[in-house]
Order: sequence, then C-alpha cells, then structure tokens
Amino acid sequence: MKTFNVNIVTPDGPVVDTNVELVSAKAQSGELGIMAGHVPMVAPLQIGAVRLVTDGKQSELVAISGGFLEVRPDQVTILAQAAEKAENIDVARAKEAQQRAEQLLQSKQQENIDFKRAELALKRAINRVNVYEGKL
Amino acid sequence: MASLRDIQTRITSTKKTSQITKAMQMVSASKLSRAESNAKSFVPYMDKIQEVVASIALGSKDVTHPMLVSRPVKKTGYLVITSDRGLAGAYNSSILRSVYKQIQERHTSKDEYVVIALGRVGRDFFRMRGIEAIESVTGLPDQPSFADVKEIVRKTVDLFSEGAYDELYMYYSHFVNAIQQDVTMKKVLPLTDIESSGGRLSSYEFEPSAEEILEVLLPQYAESLIYGALLDGKASEHAARMTAMQSATDNAKELIRALTLQYNRARQAAITQEITEIVGGAAALE
Repeated sequence: MKTFNVNIVTPDGPVVDTNVELVSAKAQSGELGIMAGHVPMVAPLQIGAVRLVTDGKQSELVAISGGFLEVRPDQVTILAQAAEKAENIDVARAKEAQQRAEQLLQSKQQENIDFKRAELALKRAINRVNVYEGKL
Repeated sequence: MASLRDIQTRITSTKKTSQITKAMQMVSASKLSRAESNAKSFVPYMDKIQEVVASIALGSKDVTHPMLVSRPVKKTGYLVITSDRGLAGAYNSSILRSVYKQIQERHTSKDEYVVIALGRVGRDFFRMRGIEAIESVTGLPDQPSFADVKEIVRKTVDLFSEGAYDELYMYYSHFVNAIQQDVTMKKVLPLTDIESSGGRLSSYEFEPSAEEILEVLLPQYAESLIYGALLDGKASEHAARMTAMQSATDNAKELIRALTLQYNRARQAAITQEITEIVGGAAALE
C-alpha cells in the first residue's frame, strides 16, 4: 500500500517522524482516517489517541493533548501541545494526575474555571493511561 | 603599605572568588548549550504553526477572528521576560531599561498599561516603582518545557481576549551568539503582522470550518510566540551569565597578578631590610 510521511511536532521537539499507511485521529468533529492522497485539510484535534498504521497490521498509538492536524498531498503534520508515544508515557504520573483531577472535580463543583481545567486535566490523564495500556 | 600577611589573605580570598566564578561560568556554558538545543527543537513547531496560520489567515480573506483585529487601544500590556537571579551582567538591566523608557514615553498615567512579569528580577523592578505586575511567574527552571509555562502563557492570551488590554508587547533578549544578545520588542497581540515563511500557500479544506480552526489555532500560535521568546531569553540569560562570569574570572586573575607582584616586592623589601640590619649590626661590633 502507498505510504506517506507523518510528523508529530510539539513545542519541546519532534516526537514522531515516520512513514505510515494510515493515520487515524480524533478530530473535534469526529474520528478521521487519513490515507495517502488525501485532499489538503486542516482540522483541530480532541485530547485523544492517534493511531499510526505502518505496513499491514502493525500499529502504534500516540497520546495527543490538543492541537491540530494538517494534511498535505505528501505529508501529514500534527501540531500538538504535548504528545507521547505509548512507551514514553509516565503512567504512574498520569494515574496520579487522574486521581488528583477526580478529587478536584468532586470537591469544587461550584467554581466554573477550576472545574473546566480539572476536567481537561482528567481527560488528558485518562488518555495517557489508555494509550499506555493500548486501548483506543 | 599593607603587611605581608594582609596581602597574602587578599590573594587567597581572590583566588577562592575566582574559583567560584570559574565554576559558575562553566555551569552557564553547559546550560547555554542545553538552552540552545531546546530553542532549536522548538523551531520546527514554530515554523509549521506559522505556515498554517499564514495560509489560513492570508489565504482566506473573508475569515476573521477577534485576535486578528486591531481595536482602539485603551490599555497596553507589557510582557517582560527576565531572569530570576542576577549575576548575569547587563542582561536584566538592559531589558528593564528599555521597557521602562518605552512605558514612560508612551503613557502618562498608570491606568494605561499593565505589566506581566516572567522572572523575579522584572517583577521586583516594577514593584519598586509602584507597579504591581498583574501576573507574574518566578522560579522557572533553566530548561523550561512547554508544560511549565502553559499556565501563564494561556492566561496572557486569555486576558487579551477578555479585554484586559488591547495590545500586547513582549520584551525579551534575543540570543544572537554567545557574546551578543539584543533586547527585542515584539508585538504579540493582535496578530496583525503574520508573515508567511516564504513557502507556498496551500489551499486547505477546513474541518469543520475556518473560523473554528482559527479559534483553536490562533491562541496556540500566540502561546507559542511567547514560549519561543522565553526559550530565546533563557539562552540569552545563560550566555550573558557566562560572559559576565568569564570577565569576573579574568578580573580576578588580573588582581591576583597585581597582588602577587606587590607581595613579592614587600617580601624582598623585608629581606633587604633584614640583611641591612645584620650587616649594620656586624659593622657596629668591629
């Protein structure tokens, strides 16, 4: 199958730069699957996992925290504020963050800003744990 | 003239000082190389985001967003990036001097501007002059990751959207090379001067719509502008500190050389005097 180049770039440096057959990501408007020859496109991403399918069935998960995806005829770039490959995730820290966020959500139901922030933190933590455990 | 013992003490203490400054110089040198590589790994992200922002904002003229529009300026925000500690030569003072001059030239009353301080030196500078920074961050690590500054950067961009100020300038020290750093003023918001990085402008399809993408993209772009400046500033800080410590070490060496000469002269004078006394004493006996 035809492959194309995928780059995942964060402010702290590039995370992924490989050739793949399929990229599947969670955009704000829903799940997106991109293969070679896709029309140029830009879409914002949700906090979630990006699946990179290299030859055949081999696939790799990358945890993405916000950002967007840019498709060009020969290249896909994902610009994210944070991105980690499954093997680089500090799962203990993610679980800790998950607990902290859950506690915050239970105690501070009133203050809207904190509530929103805690919710996002919880989403990010759950996403990292899921990616680490290989769940989509 | 100082006694032999006094000179000896000064030589020893100067030597110790020079050891410290030498060590600080070497620490800064290694931090500088790390800071430089951090700044380098940020470049691809910045280039990419600039490219996409430019092709959306310039490519489709009918798209607009509050962050792209200049509004009447009632209040100006100044984001000042300094270090937490001193001993970095003119690094902090040159930034602060230039901001303060600008503020005094442009504004007549304190209601016309607000200050956001990144770094203790900057915050304290404005506090001393009775200007309390509306937001400040101190104790940033030497190699800040994006996660470390996400909060303050997001706050800064949010304050603009909420109307706390109508334009935002950022002052930082741009790293040219290890011996040259230039104080730089950059207008961050509104994003009026987006340049395309020369690459071809692609026409994209937007999913779901260009407006909604700008909604996500522009804050992220502004945030990365600030983060980029911070990395640049950190590299400058380490470079400035390295140069300052280098010259401190050189000065200490020069001082030690002068003191050693003085010490040897005094020692020689003491010996000569002793011999004269012995010879004088012997002559008196004959």
